[in-house]
Amino acid sequence: MSDQGLSAPGTAQRRSVIDTLEIDVRLLGMLMAFAAVAVVFTIWTGGTFVGPRNVFNIAVQTVPVAIMACGMVFVIVARHIDLSVGSMLAMCSAIMAMSQTTWLPSVFGTEYGNPAVLGVTVVIGLAFGTLMGAVTGWLVGYQRIPSFIVTLGGLFVWRNVNWFTTNGQSVSLTDPNLLMFGGTEGVLGATASWVLGLIAAAIAVWAIFASRRNKQSHGFIVKPVWAEAVMAGLIVGAILFFVGWLSRYPIPEAKLKRLFEAKGVVMPEGYTAMHGLPISVLILIAVGVVMTVVARKTTFGRYIFAMGGNPDAAELSGINTRALTVKIFALMGFLCALAALVAQARLQSHGNDIGMLEELRVIAAAVIGGTALAGGVGTIYGAILGALIMQSLQSGMAMVGVDTPFQNIVVGLVLIIAVWVDIIYRKRLGLSK
Amino acid sequence: MIDRSKPPVDAVDRTKPLVEMRDISISFGGIKAVDHVSIDLYPGEVVGLLGHNGAGKSTLIKCLSGAYRKDAGQILINGQEVEINNPRDARDQNIETIYQTLALADNLDAASNLFLGREIKKRGIVDDAKMEAEARKIMGRLNPNFRKFSVPVSALSGGQRQSVAIARAVYFNAKILIMDEPTAALGPHETQMVAELIQELKAQGLGIFLIEHDIHNVMKLCDRASVMKNGQLVGTVNVKDVTDDDILGMIILGKKPAHLAA
Ligand SMILES: Nc1ncnc2c1ncn2[C@@H]1O[C@H](COP(=O)(O)OP(=O)(O)OP(=O)(O)O)[C@@H](O)[C@H]1O
Ligand SMILES: [Mg+2]
Repeated sequence: MSDQGLSAPGTAQRRSVIDTLEIDVRLLGMLMAFAAVAVVFTIWTGGTFVGPRNVFNIAVQTVPVAIMACGMVFVIVARHIDLSVGSMLAMCSAIMAMSQTTWLPSVFGTEYGNPAVLGVTVVIGLAFGTLMGAVTGWLVGYQRIPSFIVTLGGLFVWRNVNWFTTNGQSVSLTDPNLLMFGGTEGVLGATASWVLGLIAAAIAVWAIFASRRNKQSHGFIVKPVWAEAVMAGLIVGAILFFVGWLSRYPIPEAKLKRLFEAKGVVMPEGYTAMHGLPISVLILIAVGVVMTVVARKTTFGRYIFAMGGNPDAAELSGINTRALTVKIFALMGFLCALAALVAQARLQSHGNDIGMLEELRVIAAAVIGGTALAGGVGTIYGAILGALIMQSLQSGMAMVGVDTPFQNIVVGLVLIIAVWVDIIYRKRLGLSK
Repeated sequence: MIDRSKPPVDAVDRTKPLVEMRDISISFGGIKAVDHVSIDLYPGEVVGLLGHNGAGKSTLIKCLSGAYRKDAGQILINGQEVEINNPRDARDQNIETIYQTLALADNLDAASNLFLGREIKKRGIVDDAKMEAEARKIMGRLNPNFRKFSVPVSALSGGQRQSVAIARAVYFNAKILIMDEPTAALGPHETQMVAELIQELKAQGLGIFLIEHDIHNVMKLCDRASVMKNGQLVGTVNVKDVTDDDILGMIILGKKPAHLAA
């Protein structure tokens, strides 16, 4: 959708490098903000901040909020809001905690830790999340209750149904198969990470040039080859750097020993192993890629943006906006369930306050990432980056000993400033929204 | 007009009505916006809809385009009674509408708007390059000066937005075209282009409802004119049989001119 038209061959040389590369200026701004956060804390912590260990931790801690933020982009783009995501996460977590520890084992007569039980649990959790979202979507789309109200109600309802589901008790989760989804306990190791990284890099390069070929086949002017190459280079570089960095984070020796003992073998002398990519981060990347493709390349995504841009136009164009609303919220619910799985695996338990106030972080991530509350505008990568910036800020502040209340103050201010800067920038450019 | 296997003009049966709207009524709260109105449309014909602001013109045609549901009355297409409950039903009947408010998604570009609801897909994935190429083709004929294909339509002028809306209606083999004040936002040159387009489409056998305030345009473009006042139909006249003043009289006084009233 973003070529320069048949009519502009003469002007191509005069355009700036950023224009030629067609980098979204907003993305550039966010990357710079992210870089600024990283540089400040790296200096402040004498380098620990960008060490493999901390990069790993930040990545793992970002995942649940980032997964939900991807769904929130669709919700907000469609001119809605979902305040119930934190409570839906808790509800899904409660359902999954109870079904894997109590309900399913008693039905099937199996022990806790049976992989089949976990499989069924995950399916139940995801289905329940989708259902909760669909109910919200039905109330909003078909009954025309404002989403703010429905999901504010949902926030109270699900948070407390969650309480009743577990009788207000925390559920400790120890199944190693579950913990794989949490981060530290589920990593690919160096070799597999490199292989995956190389495959991802190859796919990225292929996608860039396939899209170029498609444009050329319709006779559009495309970016100069060097510009495509620079973009491809940046993306490949980022992927391989990330993979390489995490593959330098060693698994502690004591833990390796335990793993070997569990298998009943003795660890060879001098054996080492690296973390590599956590499975939870892979889940986030998969969600991000799929959601981006959905947003840009499917009619579902196209209709969400059309509905956000002008709901009447969408309706008059024959789009069933009510059914669309149900689908958007159902997808949000599904992603809450997925986030719940990762969150409970990371915490190794289900507690009543799991996901508490998470709705605000999720909305903040989407908004910092450039999603306009007025609807019609937003990107998936922006939301993920927004979540990452917030988590980096918090993690950095925690490392240098800033108190939790003050951390939250900073995050709140950053949210306001991000939107403020965006407004100023748009005014300068003379953009309306 | 585009990719339409042009039916030879005389192959269209111009003696059977394409659209008959019978006794249509619709009210909002207590207000009868349209009150037992009957109008019809033949292939290759342009019927003008006239009346004061708030007379009920847009509301009447919205019952045909699926934007509103009529409270009472019948709609017949090619002699068959049809139920039009939403815009999709109207599209299935090859009814295309250019709304007074244009109905474009401001945040999407011209091609995405043109194909909204009917995207071209390749292996389940929307083919933006192909859609843009098609958009360039049709815009090249409708508005050759149009260049802004890669920006959201919010960045377009009123006339440029209008040409996107018109392109959308014309692209998909419409048989029945509804134009609600299509030239309201246009300069003289663009107005002339729309007038030529209407004549071309008419020659291809389309039936066109044209809502228009400019009597001069009505006299030039329309075969018949239906005048509404306060939700009711004042009457329908052959444009050839009347003068500008006769029609103005119908709009203002709300009754047919004396020499036709019989
Ligand atoms: N959605 C609605 N809700 C309530 N009243 C409406 C609605 N749509 C139209 N009306 C009313 O119905 C009447 C007819 O309106 P309509 O838009 O059909 O007028 P019009 O003939 O198209 O006028 P104009 O020339 O100004 O476009 C008006 O009194 C208007 O206020
Ligand atoms: Mg009107």
